[in-house]
Amino acid sequence: MSDLRIALLVTLVRPEEKLLIEAFQARGVEPDIILDRSVNIDLTAGADQLAPSGVAWSAYAVALERCVSTSRGMYLQAILNSWGIATINSYATAAVCADKLLTTLALAQAGIPQPNTRAAFDEESAIEAIEDLHYPVVLKPATGSWGRLLARVNDRAAAEAIIEHRLTLGGYAHHTFYAQEYVQKPGRDIRAFVVGDETICAIYRTSEHWITNTARGGAASNCPVTPELNDLCVRAAQAVGGGVLALDLFEDPDRGLLLNEINHTMEFRNSSKPTGVNIAGCLVNYAINAAENVVMSPEAAVSTR
Amino acid sequence: MTYISNCPDCAAEIHLPADTMLHELLPCPDCGAELEVLNLNPVELDLAPEMQEDWGE
Repeated sequence: MSDLRIALLVTLVRPEEKLLIEAFQARGVEPDIILDRSVNIDLTAGADQLAPSGVAWSAYAVALERCVSTSRGMYLQAILNSWGIATINSYATAAVCADKLLTTLALAQAGIPQPNTRAAFDEESAIEAIEDLHYPVVLKPATGSWGRLLARVNDRAAAEAIIEHRLTLGGYAHHTFYAQEYVQKPGRDIRAFVVGDETICAIYRTSEHWITNTARGGAASNCPVTPELNDLCVRAAQAVGGGVLALDLFEDPDRGLLLNEINHTMEFRNSSKPTGVNIAGCLVNYAINAAENVVMSPEAAVSTR
Repeated sequence: MTYISNCPDCAAEIHLPADTMLHELLPCPDCGAELEVLNLNPVELDLAPEMQEDWGE
């Protein structure tokens, strides 16, 4: 077994985490599995305090963040990065990807093609934003995942009802209206996996429903990684800070590929089989390379902080 | 070697494969409840934490 110390930050051991642990073991590395619920960190002290694993946080060359809880994962990334401990992904990358509005801004600044999207904070201006985009429009929470609380808004009556519900029933996070044009995609979208500077594989997610997430029943099949897809995905990944990322794209009949959103704690249980790519193995290779770079040259960790 | 335990929700007998991991998430084959492996020796199962609003990718 290698003496590299790698922390695996988890909420639970899902199929993805099990695949990652097995891939680490195949490389001779036994990661320390740290449950986010077991963490009790003195924020005013430093990295020499003990992690739940019983070793000092400072002993870890890299922490691979795999928390299904977005808030816990991001705070752990922030804490570790503040101590100079590299995480995959960095807090900076996660903070952008966890917020669709910030992702849209980062992609716009990098010139990445994406659906027309508007933001508004008030009932009247939200209606205006939706009608500027023209019906149908998709209203999304700026934060959230797995297709939860997405609303396809087909007309003004629906827009008024959904906005009123969000303002009345939702917490403040639902009072930001993130409205995206509805892209007439061909019954599928693309989920592409970027590891570092390469798109390692991609799947089509096909569904009769307009929401194509595999968490909502979308079927996965292999999508060839063309030079165009690879170039767009790598540029988009770099635009949000880079790392290990899953990108969702639409195929627009007129404009070609449009970047929809980017996920910083990717799920891949349904994607290795159709693509034939060992996604867990690729993630583990990336993490081990990062850890070895930190051990050999601590300043190299900057790239993953 | 496999592990044998019971679902904490419906009491069904559950056979866990030899490569079962600590804190692994497993569905009960009888009632479908999501279970977490809290201990392996002896096997201890409990209902997995409920999904929270911020769970996702």
